[in-house]
Amino acid sequence: MKIRQLSIFLENRAGRLAHVTGVLGKAGVNLLALSLADTTDFGILRVIVDDVETARRVLQENHIICMVNDVTAVEVADEPGGLARILELLLKNDVNVEYMYAFSQRQAGRAALVFRFDDPDKAVGALQEAGINVFAHVDLL
Amino acid sequence: MREDLFLKDYVDRKSLERVQLQRLRETLERVYERVPFYKRSFDAHGVTPSDLESLADLAKFPCTNKNDLRDHYPFGLFACPRTQVVRVHASSGTTGKPTVVGYTADDIGIWSEVMVRTFQCIGIRAGDVVQNAYGYGLFTGGLGAHYGLERLGCTVIPMSGGNTERQLMVMRDFGVSAICCTPSYFLHLAEQAEAAGVPIQKTRLRKGVFGAEPWSDSMRKRIEESTGISAFDIYGLSEVIGPGVASECEAKSGLHIFEDHFYPEIIDPDTGEALPPGEQGELVFTMITKEALPLIRYRTRDITALHYAQCACGRTLVRMDRISHRTDDMLIIRGVNLYPSQIESILLEVEGTEPHYQLIVSRAGVLDDLEVKVEVTPQVFSDEVRHLEALRAKLQEKIKSLIGLSAKVTFVEPGNIERSMGKAKRVLDLRENV
Repeated sequence: MKIRQLSIFLENRAGRLAHVTGVLGKAGVNLLALSLADTTDFGILRVIVDDVETARRVLQENHIICMVNDVTAVEVADEPGGLARILELLLKNDVNVEYMYAFSQRQAGRAALVFRFDDPDKAVGALQEAGINVFAHVDLL
Repeated sequence: MREDLFLKDYVDRKSLERVQLQRLRETLERVYERVPFYKRSFDAHGVTPSDLESLADLAKFPCTNKNDLRDHYPFGLFACPRTQVVRVHASSGTTGKPTVVGYTADDIGIWSEVMVRTFQCIGIRAGDVVQNAYGYGLFTGGLGAHYGLERLGCTVIPMSGGNTERQLMVMRDFGVSAICCTPSYFLHLAEQAEAAGVPIQKTRLRKGVFGAEPWSDSMRKRIEESTGISAFDIYGLSEVIGPGVASECEAKSGLHIFEDHFYPEIIDPDTGEALPPGEQGELVFTMITKEALPLIRYRTRDITALHYAQCACGRTLVRMDRISHRTDDMLIIRGVNLYPSQIESILLEVEGTEPHYQLIVSRAGVLDDLEVKVEVTPQVFSDEVRHLEALRAKLQEKIKSLIGLSAKVTFVEPGNIERSMGKAKRVLDLRENV
């Protein structure tokens, strides 16, 4: 139940984010979720897209450094304490969160979050056992 | 003919020195008579060509430098009528006018000869398919290598620089066994070949003839280990003739200078004193066979040392160390001497860092700042900020401990660092503008 995420290197310079999203947009790639980790000099853009292979190909053609890695998309109840419950469960199972960010779309009463776990298999097992919904890539489209 | 050329590299030193002295004397006489600049310059130093009784006497004569060429732009130092000049080349000046050099038909013959000897040193033979990716045009690299390869009897592919995809297609489809280009361009080719899923190892390429920019032994190691080819250093400069001044042989312990045409000396760059064999200093050349532009004691600004012991390959020609730096390459930052090659070695040592880098020196207030821009590659890129930060900290720490300078390392996207004629622009010194 892993989904594929693209991580993209960005120089900290005006217009770089516009350039990268422009390249993806022109290729007809849609962004489902994104987060930007940044330092003073560079940033890492992490995105979930509808077509990973096309996205990777056009980025490489444009000499943009990127890599594909696995993350987990988890359904969270859109109510106070929804995220806390999940994090407590993971803590109890000794799984660490490297980073996380939210999806842009949500339906009434439900939200989805993207997690990068240090041990994804263990995390997914614990979540499913507790009856928490974990998405496959196709569910997100 | 080929055998004759080959033997010139193995002649006993006594006979060689006799030939050198004879040619040197004739050259001094010719420039004194025909080039007003040398007449004035020798007279001002109180020397005449007859003062040369031994090779060591050359040290009494004044040196020529790049400014003398600029002052006599374009043809003012030619020692033959312009109508006998069959070719000119020019090097791009970073400031002002280019440096113009000329060749008679016989000079072109000499150039082809020393290039044949260069390729023989490297073990390239008649019948080899050679891709010449040095730039064709005013730059000497392309045509210089081309004439030598044709005369040696190779199949030359005159690619010139650029168009990486086509270079790789030709390399694969034509069964190329050797390539001539700058080492940094070759690394770029190798990366692109890898990315296209057809690494260099899967081609028939076995030898690389690399020059036109300084490169380090660790860069050689990286090229050889990652592509399986044997990488050779060649040396030349347009003012002397172009490529073909000196070349490594298969022993790879220094570069053999074709000293029956280009007489080398080492001087102290500050005092101009001649230095004994083995000592490091500025390399100086006198062209003792050229007709159009025989320069006397031309200062190359390259720092090296000369070794006269016979090489393991059997050649008797003097060897020069690989150029570690140039007199005008050295940066002084907060009182510390820094050569770009030192930074290059550190980048290569730290695993996976490719040597596309640029040093930017600026001055904020009274203190100099050094920034090292490094292009990120797929090999070092990580999804996690902390991994990239750790790599940056490691590079900064190495620079601090090995050179004694605090530098700021900045990761940039591929292609950010400007490349001109296949040579990466290594240094940007912004201090003069402050």
